[in-house]
Amino acid sequence: MSAEAPHVKGGLGQSILRKEDARFIRGKGNYVDDIKLPGMLYLDITRSPYAHAKITAIRTEKALKVPGVLAVITGKDLAAANLAWMPTLMSDKQMVLPTDTVMYQAQEVAAVVADSRYAAADGAAAVEVDYEPLPVVTNPFKALEPGAPVIRTDRKEQSNHIWHWETGDKAGTEEAFRSAEVVVGQDLYIPRIHVSSMETCGCIAHMDSVSGRFTIYMTTQAPHAIRTVYALVTGLPEQNIRVVSPDIGGGFGGKVPVYPGYVLASVASIKTGHPVKWVEDRSENLQADSFARDYHIHAEVAARKDGTVTALKVKTLADHGYTDAAANPSKFPAGLFHIITGSYPFAKAFVEVDAAYTNKPPGGIAYRCSFRVTEAVYTIERMMDILAHRLKVDPAELRLKNFIPPDAFPYKSALGWTYDSGNYAGALKKAMEIIDYAGLRREQAEKRRRGELMGIGISSFTEIVGAGPSHTFDILGLKMFDSAEVRIHPTGKVIARFGTKSQGQGHETTYAQILAEELGIPADDIRVEEGDTDTAPYGLGTYASRSTPTAGAAASMAARKIREKAKKIAAHLLEVSPDDIEWKDYAFRVKGVPTKSKTMQDVAFAAYTNHPQGTEAGLEAVDYYDPPNMTYPFGSYICVVDIDKETGQVKVRRFVAVDDCGTIINPMIVDGQIHGGLTMGFAPALLEEIQYDENGNIHGGSFMEYLVPTAVETPHWETAKTVTPSPHHPIGAKGVGESATVGAPPAIANAVVDALQPYGVEHIDIPIHPWKVWQIIHAGAPKTG
Amino acid sequence: MAVSARPIAPAASLSTRSAPVVRIQVTVNGSPISAEVEPRTLLVHFLREVVGLTGTHIGCDTSHCGACTVHLDGKPVKSCTVLAVQANGRQVRTVEGLEVDGKLSAVQEAFVEAHGLQCGFCTPGMMMTATALLARNPNPTEPEVRDAIRGNLCRCTGYVNIVKAIQLAGKKMQANPTGPGGSP
Amino acid sequence: MIPPAFEYYAPHSVDEAVALLRRFNGEAKVLAGGHSLIPLMKLRLAEPAALIDINRIPNLSFIQEEGTHLRIGATTRTNDLLDSELLRRSYPILPDAAQEIADPLVRNLGTVGGNVCHGDPGNDLPACMLALGAELVTVGPKGSRTLPVSDFYKDTFVTALDPTELLVEVRVPKARARQGSAYQKIEKRVGDFAIAGAAANLLLDASGRVETAGIALTGVGPTAILASAASGALVGQSPDDQHLGHAATLAGTAADPNSDLRGPAEYKRAMASVLTRRALDRALARARGGG
Repeated sequence: MSAEAPHVKGGLGQSILRKEDARFIRGKGNYVDDIKLPGMLYLDITRSPYAHAKITAIRTEKALKVPGVLAVITGKDLAAANLAWMPTLMSDKQMVLPTDTVMYQAQEVAAVVADSRYAAADGAAAVEVDYEPLPVVTNPFKALEPGAPVIRTDRKEQSNHIWHWETGDKAGTEEAFRSAEVVVGQDLYIPRIHVSSMETCGCIAHMDSVSGRFTIYMTTQAPHAIRTVYALVTGLPEQNIRVVSPDIGGGFGGKVPVYPGYVLASVASIKTGHPVKWVEDRSENLQADSFARDYHIHAEVAARKDGTVTALKVKTLADHGYTDAAANPSKFPAGLFHIITGSYPFAKAFVEVDAAYTNKPPGGIAYRCSFRVTEAVYTIERMMDILAHRLKVDPAELRLKNFIPPDAFPYKSALGWTYDSGNYAGALKKAMEIIDYAGLRREQAEKRRRGELMGIGISSFTEIVGAGPSHTFDILGLKMFDSAEVRIHPTGKVIARFGTKSQGQGHETTYAQILAEELGIPADDIRVEEGDTDTAPYGLGTYASRSTPTAGAAASMAARKIREKAKKIAAHLLEVSPDDIEWKDYAFRVKGVPTKSKTMQDVAFAAYTNHPQGTEAGLEAVDYYDPPNMTYPFGSYICVVDIDKETGQVKVRRFVAVDDCGTIINPMIVDGQIHGGLTMGFAPALLEEIQYDENGNIHGGSFMEYLVPTAVETPHWETAKTVTPSPHHPIGAKGVGESATVGAPPAIANAVVDALQPYGVEHIDIPIHPWKVWQIIHAGAPKTG
Repeated sequence: MAVSARPIAPAASLSTRSAPVVRIQVTVNGSPISAEVEPRTLLVHFLREVVGLTGTHIGCDTSHCGACTVHLDGKPVKSCTVLAVQANGRQVRTVEGLEVDGKLSAVQEAFVEAHGLQCGFCTPGMMMTATALLARNPNPTEPEVRDAIRGNLCRCTGYVNIVKAIQLAGKKMQANPTGPGGSP
Repeated sequence: MIPPAFEYYAPHSVDEAVALLRRFNGEAKVLAGGHSLIPLMKLRLAEPAALIDINRIPNLSFIQEEGTHLRIGATTRTNDLLDSELLRRSYPILPDAAQEIADPLVRNLGTVGGNVCHGDPGNDLPACMLALGAELVTVGPKGSRTLPVSDFYKDTFVTALDPTELLVEVRVPKARARQGSAYQKIEKRVGDFAIAGAAANLLLDASGRVETAGIALTGVGPTAILASAASGALVGQSPDDQHLGHAATLAGTAADPNSDLRGPAEYKRAMASVLTRRALDRALARARGGG
C-alpha cells in the first residue's frame, strides 16, 4: 500500500497483528477449564469397555462411598425425566446414557458428581457395571448384509440401513458412460479421523435455582443454536438460558455437536443447584466425540480419448456409527458431497450415498471443511490423476485441458451448484511456475532412470463454503444467516458483536478490519465480541468457513446502514443536503468540494451531542445476512515427495499452495489459516486414522496411537495467492479456513502414486503408511522403466 | 436420582479427605508457594487449581502434546506427567513468569509479530519450550527449532510461523541482549 | 485423567529405597522419570500402593569411565546421554538412541534406568545395551548383584529384576580403539514407538577384520532381541558388503514381530534387516574413525 493512497489504519488487506494475542501469550486466555465458580462440582463419566452389550446391572454403592462423591447418574435416572435420549441434528436420536444397551466402546454409561476432580475420577472408576456382550458389527458392508445383527432395535425399521440419497441425472449419466471412449473406476476409502483440537470439549453448567437462570460455559462453535436447542429440548424459557462460549482451543467442527457430557453436567447442576464442570480427557475426546470421514467411495469417470471428461458416477457407503448425529448444516444427508464434479465441466453426473449403522461412535463432523467437501475433492482429484495415468498424459495438462474456463462463471454444475467465480488455470499455472514443474518432471525422469522414486502430485480443488442461503441450509430449521451488531460510541470508538465464534481464526482482528474499511475508523478503535448469547446478536456460529461469507458480510452491511444514517448527520454538520454528500476516502465529503468533509468520528460525536431534529440519536445498526449463494474458493497445490525404497518412508520435499479466497482481509492471518489447513490435510494423507477391530475395539484412541503431525514431519509450506473476488459478497471475500485441508490430501496421495508409477500403481488408500508403499515396491519388479 | 444426603462442601484444593496429604513448598515464578497436596496431585493441577495459574494447559494425558510444558529448575518438562511432590523444594516457571516487570519476553513478542499462534491453547507450552531452546542455542536453524518443539503439538498453525517466531525471538535476544526482550 | 491414590516416599539412600521396596513386597513401584509409569497410572492400568521416588537419592546420576567400564547411573536423564562429550566421542550409539527417544521435554525427565528396566520392547536403550554387552548393577535386600543385560529381558514388561530390587547402574565395557557403534530406527511419526530399530557395535582388529560384534533389535518381538547369529557371522570376517548384508539378513531372521498399526510382521522383519545394515554401516564408519 503506497503512503499516498488513502487508507485507514487496520483496513482491508493489511497484515495487522492480532488483537487476541495479548491475552494468549500471557497465559491469560479464558478457556472453559480455566473458569472456576464458587461451589463448583465436578462430573466424570464411566464408559463401556464393550462395543455392543446389554447392561444387566449398574451398582453405584462403591462409587457413592468414595469420599467427595455426591451422586451417580444412570440412564434410568434420565429416563424418568425423559432425558435418556436426545435428538440429533439429522432427525435421529442419541443416547445421553443407555438404559439397557451400549452400542460402541467408550460410550457413556454413568456419570459421577463429586466435590473435586479427583474424587469424581475415583467415583467413575468405582461404578460397577455388568454387561452381556452382543454381536458386534464394525464394517458397514457387513452391517447391510442380510442376517447382520440389528444395532438399533429401537427403530421401526429393523435394519442397519439409515438412508439412501441420490442426486443428478441418472439416465443421462448412464447414457454418457455407455457412449464413453474411456472409462476409469476406482474404490477409495477415506478412513475415520478425528479433529483432536488441542483443547478437548467441556462445560460448566449452572442452574441458579433462585432466579431460574441457567448458564452454561461451553466449548461450542455455535452458542446461539445451542441456546435454542436447549430451550426446545428442556422446556426452559429461552430468556433464562445463557450460553457462553469462552476462548476455544480449536474447533474444526468437533465443537459443533451436543455431546452427552454437556447434557449430564446440565442435569447434574439442575439436580444439585451447584455449578458442575465436565471436561473430557484426550482419550474420551478421541474415543467418543464425533469422528469425520469414514466414506467408502466407488467413483467412475467417463472421458473422450483426448482427455475431455464427460460424465461422473459415484456410489458411496457412509459409516455413521450407531446413530446419524452428523453436524450437517445442509438439507442434503451427505452434506455438500455433490461438489464432487470439482473444477471440471462434467456434462452429466450422478451421485448416490447410502448410510449404515455400525457399533462405532456417532458423528460425523467436517474436520475443517463444510461437510463432505474433503471427501468429494479427494475423489475427483484422485480420479483425474487415474484418468491421466490411463491416458498417459501429464496430470497438469489433463487439468488445464478440462478446467471450467474463467468466462463461464457464474457456472452451474451438473449437480446443481452455481459456482460464483473462478480462474482455475490461473492458479495452477502460478503453482507450476513457482515450483518449476517442468524442471521437476525432468528431475523425475533422470531419477527414474537411476531407479530412484520421486513423485509430483497436483490438486486443483474447488471448495464450497459459507453456509448458507436459507433456501438450502438450516440446523433444525434455524436458517443459516449470521449477524453483526455495530455500535459507534460518542468518541468514535466501536463495539461490534457477532453471532459467530472464533476458535483461533482471529475474528477480533479481521472483523475489526472489515469495519475499519467500511467506517473509516482505525481497527485499533474497534472492539469485537462474540460467544455470549446474552449480548451477541443471533447467529449460527463458526464452521464450514462461513464466518467471513456470512458474519463478515453482515459487518459490511451493518456498517453501510450506519453510513446511511451518518450521511444525514454529516449533511447537517456541513449544512448541505444529504444528496450533496458522498462517502469517499473514508470520510463524508461535499460533492465537488472534497476538502469540506466530516469523519465518522465527527459524526459519531454529533449523533449523541448534536443530532438533527427529527433524527434518532445514537449511531448503531444490526444486520442479519442471508447470503444469496455459497462462495467457491479454489486453488492449486503441487506436492513433491521422495520415497525411501528400502523402508517405504515418504518425505514431502516441497509443497506449493496457491489459494484464491477472493478479497483478502489480512494476508498474515490468511497464510496462517492455510498453513494450519495444509497440516490438517497432510495428517490424514500420511498419519492419522482411527480403526476398529472386529470386536469394536478402538485403535487410535489416545495420542499414543493417534498420530497428530509434529513440527518434524510437517513440511515447510510455501504459499501464494491469486485473487478472484466473489461477485455476490459485499467485499468480495470467500472464506479460507478450510481450503487447504480440503485441497491437500489428494496432492500428497497423487504425488506418492506418481512416484510409484514404475510399479503400475493407480491408487493407494490414505493414510499412506510406509508399509503400504513397501508392499507395492516389494510385490514385484518395476513394470515399466 | 441418587443424590446422597451428605452436605456439599466443595474442597478448597484438589485433595480428597481420606488420602494422606503432604506439605510441599514450590517456588513458582519466583514466589514460594506452600500447600498440602495428595501425593497423586499432578503438577499441572497444582499449578492450575491450587496456585491458580491457568496459563498452563492440559491437552492430553499421555505426555504427548506439551500444552502443559513448564520449566522445572530451568528445564522444560511436561507437568501432566510430574507429581507436585516431585517439585517440592524446586523452582517452577510457567508462562505467567515470562513477562517480567511489565516487559514481554522476546519469545512472547515474537510469537505475536510472526503470527505464531491461533487458538492459543498450545501457545504457553510452545513458548516455554522455545524459551528453553533459545537459552541453550540463541541462533537455531529451522531443523533445530523443529526438533526442539517436536514434543509440543499444535493443531492450528502448521508450525511454519511458530518456527519463524522462535527464530525471530533469537534474533531479538542477540540484537538487544539486555533490553526488554533480551531475556528469553 | 487422574491416577489412583498411593503412598509416596522419597528416600535419600539406596538402602532406604530397598527397605521400602521390601516392605511393600511388589506392591510399590519405583518412580524415576515417570514418563511410562505415570501415564499408565492415569489410565488406571497400574495401581501401585506406593511410589518410591528415587530422584532424591544422591549419586545415582552420572556418566563416567572407570577402570574397564563406562558407568551410567540409573537416574541419569536421557538428555544427559545426548549432551555427553564422552558418549558422543566413544559410545555414539547412546546419543543416537537418545535422540530417537520420545521428545526433548520427555528426555529431560526420562531416565536411563527406567528405559532399560521397564521391559517395553519399544524402548530404545535395551537394544543398545544388548549390542554393547552391558551389565546391570542392582541392589536388593540380599545385597548387590551384577547381571548381564543379555539375561535380563524375559518377556514384555517382564525382566530379571526382582520387585524388591533397585537398578542402580548400567555398566558398558570400555570403548576401545577401532570400535564403532550406531543405532537406527524408523517410526511412523517422530516420538512414536519404533516400527523397528537396530543397534550395532563393531570392534575391528588391527587388520580391519571384525574382532567382536553386537547386534540387537527394538520393537520386533516381545522384548529387545539380541541377534547373536547375525553378530556371530561377522566375527573374524572382513566387514565387506557381502558379510554385512548376510548379517543384516540374519538379524531379520532373529526378529519375531507382530502385525499391528505400525505394519505387518513381514514388513517389520524386513525393516529389522534394513536398519541392521544401516546401523552396521554407520558403526563401521565410526570404527574406522569416521562419523
